[in-house]
Amino acid sequence: MAVTIDDVRHVAALARLGLTDERAAALVQEMNTILGHMDALSAVDTAGVDAVAGVGAGGLPVRADSGPPIPLARSLDAFAPSVRDGFILVPRLSTHDTAEES
Amino acid sequence: MSSVSSTVADLRGNTHRGTVGALDTVDSALDRAKAVDAGRDGLNIFVALDQGHVRTDADACDAFRSHAEPAPLLGVPVAIKDNLATLRDPTTCGSRILAGYVSPYEATVIRRLREAGAVPFGKTNMDEFAMGSSTEHSAYGPTRNPVAPDRVPGGSSGGSAAAVAAGIVPVALGSETGGSVRQPAAFCGIVGVKPTYGRVSRFGLVAFASSLDQVGVFGASVDDAARTMEVISGRDPLDSTTADVPVAAYSGAGGRSIRGLVVGRPTEYFPDSLDPRIRARCDAALEKLREQGAEIRDVSLPHTELAIPVYYIVAPAEASSNLARFDGVRYGLRVQGQDLRGMYEATRSRGFGDEVIRRIMIGTYVLSAGYYDAYYRKAQQVRNLIAADFASVFAGGVDVLFTPTTPTPAFAIGAISDPYEMYLSDIFTVTANLAGVPAMSQPIGRVDGLPVGGQFIAPHFGEATMFAFAYALERALGQEAHT
Amino acid sequence: MSASDVETLMRDWEMVVGLEVHVQLKTRTKAFCSCSTEYGAAPNTNVCPVCLALPGALPALNARAVELATRAALALGCEVHPQSVFARKNYFYPDLPKGYQISQFDQPLATGGQVEIGRNADGSPINVGVTRVHMEEDAGKSVHDRFPGATAIDLNRAGVPLIEIVSEPDMRSAREAGAYLRVLKQILEYMAVSDVSMEEGSLRVDANVSARRRGETKLGTKTEVKNMNSFSGVERALEMEFVRQVDVLEAGGHIDQQTMLWDGAAGQVRPSRSKEGSHDYRYFPEPDLPPLLLEKAWIERMRHDLPELPATRRGRFAEEYSLGDYDVDVLTADPQLADYYESVARASGDPKSSANWVMGEVLAQLRATGGDIGTFRVRPHDLAELLRLVRDGVVSHTAAKQIFARMVASGDPPAQIAEREGLVKVNDDAQLQGWLDDVITEMPTEAERFRAGERKLQGVLVGAVMKKSKGRADPRRLAQLLAERFGT
Repeated sequence: MAVTIDDVRHVAALARLGLTDERAAALVQEMNTILGHMDALSAVDTAGVDAVAGVGAGGLPVRADSGPPIPLARSLDAFAPSVRDGFILVPRLSTHDTAEES
Repeated sequence: MSSVSSTVADLRGNTHRGTVGALDTVDSALDRAKAVDAGRDGLNIFVALDQGHVRTDADACDAFRSHAEPAPLLGVPVAIKDNLATLRDPTTCGSRILAGYVSPYEATVIRRLREAGAVPFGKTNMDEFAMGSSTEHSAYGPTRNPVAPDRVPGGSSGGSAAAVAAGIVPVALGSETGGSVRQPAAFCGIVGVKPTYGRVSRFGLVAFASSLDQVGVFGASVDDAARTMEVISGRDPLDSTTADVPVAAYSGAGGRSIRGLVVGRPTEYFPDSLDPRIRARCDAALEKLREQGAEIRDVSLPHTELAIPVYYIVAPAEASSNLARFDGVRYGLRVQGQDLRGMYEATRSRGFGDEVIRRIMIGTYVLSAGYYDAYYRKAQQVRNLIAADFASVFAGGVDVLFTPTTPTPAFAIGAISDPYEMYLSDIFTVTANLAGVPAMSQPIGRVDGLPVGGQFIAPHFGEATMFAFAYALERALGQEAHT
Repeated sequence: MSASDVETLMRDWEMVVGLEVHVQLKTRTKAFCSCSTEYGAAPNTNVCPVCLALPGALPALNARAVELATRAALALGCEVHPQSVFARKNYFYPDLPKGYQISQFDQPLATGGQVEIGRNADGSPINVGVTRVHMEEDAGKSVHDRFPGATAIDLNRAGVPLIEIVSEPDMRSAREAGAYLRVLKQILEYMAVSDVSMEEGSLRVDANVSARRRGETKLGTKTEVKNMNSFSGVERALEMEFVRQVDVLEAGGHIDQQTMLWDGAAGQVRPSRSKEGSHDYRYFPEPDLPPLLLEKAWIERMRHDLPELPATRRGRFAEEYSLGDYDVDVLTADPQLADYYESVARASGDPKSSANWVMGEVLAQLRATGGDIGTFRVRPHDLAELLRLVRDGVVSHTAAKQIFARMVASGDPPAQIAEREGLVKVNDDAQLQGWLDDVITEMPTEAERFRAGERKLQGVLVGAVMKKSKGRADPRRLAQLLAERFGT
């Protein structure tokens, strides 16, 4: 499974990483080298082996439906880049109808 | 080491008795930091070290005056790796994307340290987002190995290891995902412990690979590390992956005999290609254990060679998801873009370094449509085979395993530029993270003046046994551990 | 486009509909942290490190969310699985703080349920399958028009627990889709797991619709339709999209798999401007949450303890209280009203009168004030008492209505009001005769005509006495006395 420049562009878009052309080109090489080492796995017989689904034999612990919430030692304004009237601001979405569009 | 006795046990006792004040201790530590040139232009150990913060935290020790029993870490300064959330100093994770970010909440382990009377001492340098094995991949410059400043201290917790190795603090917190505490401990000639997965809370540890990450402890000695590990261990309702298993007395294990216990020597960790000087040190250590009545047995962990490929699929995959939150929206760096998408891309490409970008790319790729089964799912299955290797060896009557921690001593800064070659320095440590078993490194000698580490690996929640062996070996080696 | 247009098309073309319904669970705190879920707080005040996705924060699952989700799944006839797994659904959006949503993917909480949405002409049930019910967390809110050039994000809602209910593509018309939604909503209300209000956003619907020629067994390409905010909106949107698809197919074209948005104001569907193909969610099991293990005994106990389902209640009302279909439907439309009616019926021992009063006076009051039965001032046992007073002849039916009005205003019990206002029925003949005398004197023409044989004037005369007595006179006794007086 060789990684192509199109794959790199596609993956970078999924990960919202803005890559320069040089970086993208370099990554084609890097990813192929690294993933090449992973091919050893395809030869391993894993028939009937579970994929690890979270360590913790006792299953998921649950908590009571009550507070108090974890307090914040400083308010949102102190660490958020852009806050107005309590809202967090981001540049207006160019298409704002549904989620998964940014 | 500094002239004032600085073991955890002594500091605790002296602070409680009033022989030494917590403020004096931190002032000594601050002086020591200056003396060893820990700053940006020297060893570059700390990303943040604020005298005011440290002294304020030291003052908090006064509240423990009235207690009859001394708090377990009373007056002990503890350096903190910069991926643990603290309230006063920023938490940067060695990244530009979190430059200046001060967390509005603190990690559970930090709270536990403070409740035990410890004094958090600065934030130490690290490979960005814990992705690295040399602390050369930090946005804040590389950290230098105090034992040999032209060499790396190891990574990703290089700053914390250096803080202990330089004698600034007796203990430090780091984190492990693939060996990021044990490997720097080995490179710097100190003790480094990775607990069982789920032993220590990750709440407040900035996630790299969630199913592998654990907070780890560095100590100048086994006892220092054991005492600290006791304090931070235990179930946390805020971390659903912590186990409801009682914490045994690790420091108490110092008194336990290892006579009649079995040490496994896995052949895969002693390949023909292993540096013969490191092999010799390991065999010498095993001999010491034999002298104390332990039985040494050859064993096999057949899937060992698959560990690096498995790790470098699973860890980046989880990381690619964990790092999606660094988007410039709610905290950290925000770089304006043409629109929202532009903001995301500019922020992330400007804020993340090369190695982080590389791993996010690999991680995203192996999770993406069409590749999930062949890569991620397959890797998780093989991971189970690796874990089963350990389980079957331990079920077969072996109490603990002993191996070299790293294939080489500390390499020179800038010596390794090939990413995959860098990944290979984790070859002996990564398996324990994948299997979730506890493991620790301690100094077992020097080669060309550079420290060499030997590693114990124990069954799940077998820290007490592991420490018993570590104490025994430390006692038996004495000064040989540093020669 | 008219209903008959759709009907015409449906002679040759079949509409196939599946619905994905997201329901907010009525917990006090969020799914993975202890922040309050209370609606209406100032923006970004019900937030914490976890739901803000601060570096280092981790999720901790709310037990009540699991209970309510399980209850909902059981009520929909699903099999609840002893092991289910949370998964990360990865995508970037500013109201999704972690850059992924914690949801469930290939091992959901429950699968394989079914809901009856109506009956065919022959009486056979029309069922819609429920493919799965899974747990997930809600995202925050994005407000686009408050600040120029910016989108404002409020994360109060981020992390509120949801269940997603996915139906089989079993619906064949907009009407069936509407019926499914109404039945679903009622079941969930009865189970007290959610407020299920589309207006408030605690119930959201995404529809999948495709068209195929009648007789064709292969499914057509479906599109997803979003952004409806009422059940009727869903129905209309489905019809519009169906018509659009048929137009394309009849012209020989093919349907692009895409997302369509309902524009309620314009009454049309249009394509969403988002880029398809970039929705690779890269699902993988959530490493911060071990698998959710539910003991079989616990699941059985939850099943055993389920509140009464609407269908069961309807059957019981028909039988126990001898109520007709219409009355049953009205009284069981919402579980709180049903509870109210039942309390009145049991306390008064008169289910029929109770039904009349609840469907009549009580509902009229609620409609007039916009109030809801949960906070209605007249308590069931007081209404029951009023019914007893009428039945025992202590107050007349007319007086009862006045007393009821007072009860609504004051919350006082009926006997007290009757005494206080002098509305206790007068049965004393002497008093009645006295009033009759007055009326006959005041209305001599009518009295004379009545005596002469115009029986229909009885109502007028009796009515006049009722007025004079402020409703206290017993109209039946009055009629008798009147008849005696004029010797009829």
